[in-house]
Amino acid sequence: MSGTEVAPPGVGGRDDEPGRPGGGRRAEHRARGSRDRRATRGGGVVLGAVGVLGELLITAGVLLLAFLAWQLWWTDVESNREQAQLVQEQGWDEPLAPLEAADGPAVVTPRYDEPPVLEEPEYLTTFASMRVPRWDGEPTRTITQGTDRPNVLNPLGVGHYEGTAMPGGVGNFSLAAHRTTYGKPFNRIAELQEGDPIVVWTEDTWYVYRVTSSQIVMPDDVQVIAPVPDQPGAEPTERFITLTTCHPMFSARERYIVHGVLDYWAPVSEGVPAELAEVS
Amino acid sequence: MYGWLWRHLPGPALVRVLVLLVLAVAVLAACFAWVFPWLAPYMPFNDTTVGEG
Repeated sequence: MSGTEVAPPGVGGRDDEPGRPGGGRRAEHRARGSRDRRATRGGGVVLGAVGVLGELLITAGVLLLAFLAWQLWWTDVESNREQAQLVQEQGWDEPLAPLEAADGPAVVTPRYDEPPVLEEPEYLTTFASMRVPRWDGEPTRTITQGTDRPNVLNPLGVGHYEGTAMPGGVGNFSLAAHRTTYGKPFNRIAELQEGDPIVVWTEDTWYVYRVTSSQIVMPDDVQVIAPVPDQPGAEPTERFITLTTCHPMFSARERYIVHGVLDYWAPVSEGVPAELAEVS
Repeated sequence: MYGWLWRHLPGPALVRVLVLLVLAVAVLAACFAWVFPWLAPYMPFNDTTVGEG
């Protein structure tokens, strides 16, 4: 031990046995410790700030994960519940009741004459429902007037483009729905193949459409919902249906479009379309 | 930040852990109920219609 290391006054005095060499060593340790604290006091503020910043970043990461969980899982839970409740309350599944019949459902006779067509209802009116047999396991989705997200697509599922044809009408019955999140009614749109039935029903009438084509377009390609798809201005003579949703999944860069044309119609009171009976 | 919170919470460690858990759940619930629904329209992946792009 060198003699230059001197314990501060008072410190050495508190040692139990100041005469022993060990007492001096303890004092030396204390002196060095207090010097270290003095040396790091300036850096302490920086270190503290870095620590807080780190904690903030970790918190932000956790919140981002929570947002993903909310968007990808919770919105489905909420919207599916809300849509199922609407189907239940308004009785949209009642026309499907014959499917439960023990001796097989009553199957409707297809009619190819002029179908009954509803007047276009007010914004936010739920006026029809749909099922796609290819999407086996998907619940009935209601169709509501309007295509904005906060009021129609997020809570209610499928929206009808205002001003386009009504079910069974000459022109283009055009629908939009989410492909991911918020119940994702059109999640399995890419599975649709030419000839696949799309079954739409109003309170009194079944309308069975058949898929004719699919395409991927840019978001501003509104000609896909023209009265004659992709021929804006042309006078329609056929009864088209068009489904629009986002593409690719989890993106809004493009739109996935499915076109179809009316195959036949039938009164709801007669039973169910054969297309639905085959599934169950 | 969390160290400060920990030092300023009263009670034994177990109580502090419980208080922190309740706080965390409250923050998450507030996010699910208000913050995320407000944020979602600004996210670029929910558009499904044509003509609004």
